Amino acid sequence: WVPVVGLEIHAQISSNSKLFSGSQVQFAAAPNSLVSFFDASLPGTLPVLNRRCVEAAVMTGLALNCSINKRSLFDRKHYFYADLPAGYQITQQRVPIAVNGSLSYSICIDNKMSQMVTKTVRIKQIQLEQDSGKSLHDDTRNQTLVDLNRAGVGLMEVVMEPDMCCGEEAAAAVRELQLILQTLGSSQAVMAEGQLRVDANISVHHPGEHYGVRTEVKNINSLRFLAKAVDYEIQRQIEELENGGTILNETRAFDSKLGCTVPMRDKEGKQDYRFMPEPNLPPLILYDAKSLPANMNHQQVVNVDWIHERLPDLPSVKRAKLVERYGILPEHGFTLLNEDGLTEFFENVVKQTQMKPKKVIGWILNDLLSYLKQHSLTVKESPVSSFLLADLLNLLEKKEISSTAAKQVLAELWKGEGKTPFEIVKEKKLELIQDQKELEQICQAVIDGQENEVMAIKAGNQKVLNKLIGLVQRETQGRSNPALVKQLLEKKLSE
Amino acid sequence: QEVTVEVLDRLEHLALVDFRDAEGVERLQKAIQFADQLHEVNTDGVEPMDSVLEDRCLYLREDDVTEGNCTKELLKNAREKVEEYFVAPPGNIPLPKLEERETFLQGS
Repeated sequence: WVPVVGLEIHAQISSNSKLFSGSQVQFAAAPNSLVSFFDASLPGTLPVLNRRCVEAAVMTGLALNCSINKRSLFDRKHYFYADLPAGYQITQQRVPIAVNGSLSYSICIDNKMSQMVTKTVRIKQIQLEQDSGKSLHDDTRNQTLVDLNRAGVGLMEVVMEPDMCCGEEAAAAVRELQLILQTLGSSQAVMAEGQLRVDANISVHHPGEHYGVRTEVKNINSLRFLAKAVDYEIQRQIEELENGGTILNETRAFDSKLGCTVPMRDKEGKQDYRFMPEPNLPPLILYDAKSLPANMNHQQVVNVDWIHERLPDLPSVKRAKLVERYGILPEHGFTLLNEDGLTEFFENVVKQTQMKPKKVIGWILNDLLSYLKQHSLTVKESPVSSFLLADLLNLLEKKEISSTAAKQVLAELWKGEGKTPFEIVKEKKLELIQDQKELEQICQAVIDGQENEVMAIKAGNQKVLNKLIGLVQRETQGRSNPALVKQLLEKKLSE
Repeated sequence: QEVTVEVLDRLEHLALVDFRDAEGVERLQKAIQFADQLHEVNTDGVEPMDSVLEDRCLYLREDDVTEGNCTKELLKNAREKVEEYFVAPPGNIPLPKLEERETFLQGS
């Protein structure tokens, strides 16, 4: 079976005011307080396009390698619903603002970070459209409460071609899109606040045959649920077909509690949106350096080249730069960008320590990050600051403590009691023994007490040396430098 | 080309119009014939025009907050409200199926 997955992603544009009106865009405000007469669809009102929304869509289109349509059109998509007061949504169905792009993303093979593969998904188009209001269903009183604060907020709909084949790919593609949007600033793309909504189109077929009937899955609120929903639906369709059933071309909702997709109620047959051109809006014309009109008011001109020149480094470029600059591995770059604030933290530590970035990254990803994950904390909430960690790594780098001791100190620092690494080392007596004579004495004592092991080593079994090193460590309560101990033991054994 | 009962029923569902009687349907029929005259013009290689505004400049507004904050006024028109929400039925109430409606179309 070949599963086929396509995505339609709606990203709320990060702007002060709405797409076609001057009311404010804000999450969680008093109901119906951010609504203008136009948003409420009162007669006599007209749409006026917000320049910032156009720029956001152009930036996003450029970042996704799209062709920007210098002339795009607005249309009306008609359907009845209580949170769509006009009875239609203004969208771009015929000629959207950007088409034919691509998005590259990485996934791990077999869950091994060290084996990452790059995949590409084609972007069919990006269109500007209005968001609808919010419906709150009050089942007890058999009614729906409608809040139009969200009605008219600008959306970019990003349509991804069915180039993906499973939940993991879908989630990885959306994650990369999320990072790109956040880097551009065109959308904050926080799924939990509804700023990024994903609908998945899923079908299965046998290799060589044409595509099967597809279903649309909605109501997916997180990347994790996206992967689950897609994989569940693929399985469901395969089982259904293998049992001789058929797949209906329907819309299903993902039930996160049960982990399955269910048919959505309230779907009265096939919808016919009766698209028609939006009569109140002329075509949207964009310019570039060549076509820039001489006499036009700057405020009325959106220059695609100007926007292109000012695009920030995209995540893929940032990762490559980190790898080149610090000598870390590609998968390290991936993890750094994947956690909000982690790159900054890492770079701050590197600035404040002599330890090589290649070693620092291990402490960041293996120690710090796993602590954060265990306690469900973000980088910003870390009780250990980059300053403290750098301080600790400096002690390690100067060989004043062993790396085992460093891990103990980190565990103490994690408690956030305000002690410095140096204070903790002193308190717990973790300093490495610097007195060579003292070390030599201990080594000798160990050698004297382990006759059999000494004979084995002299006979050529080098592995037993590690046991002796371990014994010295125990004697010194971990305060000896293993490399130095090994040297001393070898010297003594060869005498 | 006749406009079939199925098409009329579908239009009534989609647009919530009511063709009401034979005269209404006849008027629709005539309107379609009138528009069909467009087919007599050869439009090969001509971009369709969908608005006489097509060469007007689309005005771009600055991204400033200039409206909103008029909850009271908006809710004044609402027949029913709960706190500051508009009240609507629990879901779309679709037009009943043709067989279950008392409509002129039934007889056709």
